[in-house]
Amino acid sequence: MKSTKSGNGNNGGLLHPSVDKVLVIEGTHAASYAVKLARVQVIAAYPITPQTSVVEKLSEIVSAHELDARFIRVESEHSAMACCIGSSISGARAFTATSSQGLALMHELLHWSAGSRLPIVMVNVNRAMAPPWSIYVDHNDSLSQRDTGWLQFYAESNQEVMDTVLQAYKIAERVSLPVMINLDAFVLSHTSEPVAIPKQEVVDHFLPPRKASFRVDPSDPRAFGALIGPEAYMEMRYKLFRAMEESRSVIRDVDSEFGETFGRNYGGLVEEYRTSDAEIVLITSATAVSTARIAVDEMRSLGFPVGLLKLRVFRPFPLDEIRSLAAHVKKIGVLDRNISFGATGMIYQEAKAVLYNSEVRPPLFGFIAGLGGRDITPETIKEIFSHLMNHEEPESETIWVGLRTEATDPTVPQFSRHDKKKEGV
Amino acid sequence: MIEIRMHGRGGQGGVIAAKILASAIFKEGRFAQSFPSFGVERRGAPVLAFTRVDDKPIRLRTAIYEPDHLIILDATLIKSTNVFSGLKKGGTILVNASTPASVFNFPEEYAPAIVDAASIAARHGLGTRSMPIVNTAILGAFAKFSGVVGIDAILEAIREGVPIKQEENAAAALDAYEEVEAAPIYDIHRPGSDENEIVTVN
Repeated sequence: MKSTKSGNGNNGGLLHPSVDKVLVIEGTHAASYAVKLARVQVIAAYPITPQTSVVEKLSEIVSAHELDARFIRVESEHSAMACCIGSSISGARAFTATSSQGLALMHELLHWSAGSRLPIVMVNVNRAMAPPWSIYVDHNDSLSQRDTGWLQFYAESNQEVMDTVLQAYKIAERVSLPVMINLDAFVLSHTSEPVAIPKQEVVDHFLPPRKASFRVDPSDPRAFGALIGPEAYMEMRYKLFRAMEESRSVIRDVDSEFGETFGRNYGGLVEEYRTSDAEIVLITSATAVSTARIAVDEMRSLGFPVGLLKLRVFRPFPLDEIRSLAAHVKKIGVLDRNISFGATGMIYQEAKAVLYNSEVRPPLFGFIAGLGGRDITPETIKEIFSHLMNHEEPESETIWVGLRTEATDPTVPQFSRHDKKKEGV
Repeated sequence: MIEIRMHGRGGQGGVIAAKILASAIFKEGRFAQSFPSFGVERRGAPVLAFTRVDDKPIRLRTAIYEPDHLIILDATLIKSTNVFSGLKKGGTILVNASTPASVFNFPEEYAPAIVDAASIAARHGLGTRSMPIVNTAILGAFAKFSGVVGIDAILEAIREGVPIKQEENAAAALDAYEEVEAAPIYDIHRPGSDENEIVTVN
């Protein structure tokens, strides 16, 4: 591993020679500026809270001729992805952004874009699925799309949003698969903080223009998306499977190259934080990682041997990284900001699956917290570590953290409270 | 770490103010983070906005529950919401109002200041007289009163951060910077109003 600084540590590389300027901007705009720097050629836009400011800023950038791109307003998210597919087949670098219900509406075309092996990059602002209506963060929207063939990244800072968009095009175009970059609703999307904007010429060197292997070209006709029989479909699936497997090393290489160019990187698929001598490690993703770092530091200062594994990439799932972590710790907790009904949290599920065929299998605990924007504080994380320290084995497959007991106590009649509420709020 | 919580109403510009404040602090060489509390972003509804300040990059990504400083853009919120919730002992309270501080019955452990940001904003043509945009004026007062950030950085951040009337907004901040020291300013109790009643500024 190169000795570049973590993008989320120290000064976050704000003083590196590759930096053009540092702006205090929100997470959505970090994505917009990265799209500009990546010289994206087609942007499909359909608004949905809290994503809208990503494409809003891009519309300003395109109308000011700061980016030579087609900005196409469409009538739904399904069309937004169709637009990206069409332009990507023609060889263009394409982008869109969405959130929650919008991502769900795209579902069919997420399969289509990955199956067509198109290097589309999309920003998804993680927002809880309705009903009940919510505009706040959890990860059920993107994790519900885990089997579509898209790579999935989760960012913990605005700088990481910007840097991951730049990395994403390079990765996508190398493995011919689409990439989704996820950021937490409001906690990142509408939080302003300093972000280093790299110089255009440095980005151009890191990310040269896309060279599509195959594209729609009237002078060289080809068929795209044709019907295929049982004699070849399975091989196409196998190739997609192989591309996703190979993307693991591509992600590591691109992150490493990014570090050499920009002076900061993110550890590839995961980042380990204070794990070398840790006995108890928590696996989590996105902004919960940022807050958990504080809780880990506080607990370390009191002498507790705790650490953190940041899951930066969910697809492809970091199998080797989790197995090697399991080999040297006593217990692992997984904090999921999502729930698969009828099963467990999804990261927990997958971590458990990769450990089953592993020689060392420490006890694994699955925690559910922060759904629908419920705040995850350092106290939430410390409560989880405390549970891990006080239990040898998990007592159940899911441990819900921070539930309001009066709302979940079966002895409290639920409808009487509803009637009372009618009078007030 | 210093934490600031701003209480306003949708349309007053509290979210933008928190962001401009973060930019100003970063200009002075410290790290800053600002974010709104959404969900009630309707015009007139109570809105919260937060700013954090530290000497190192800020990793904490939660709401602010125990602020060091409060900025209140609309004094009617003092009566209708629990604005003092979690405010640290010795914390400061800056209120946009045209009434003396004594009207508000501030808890004794806090240091209050009043600035008539609404009149200042109206004087500079920011918003309308009935709905002045007070967000930039209040920042000037905050620079003077809190010691968290300097007025030069605030003025620079305002000029970069507001989309229109940059000079008018900067002038309003400078006026508030000078006038906050002179508080309490006016006493415009409505005739027959209760001694402790809070008079709205709009």
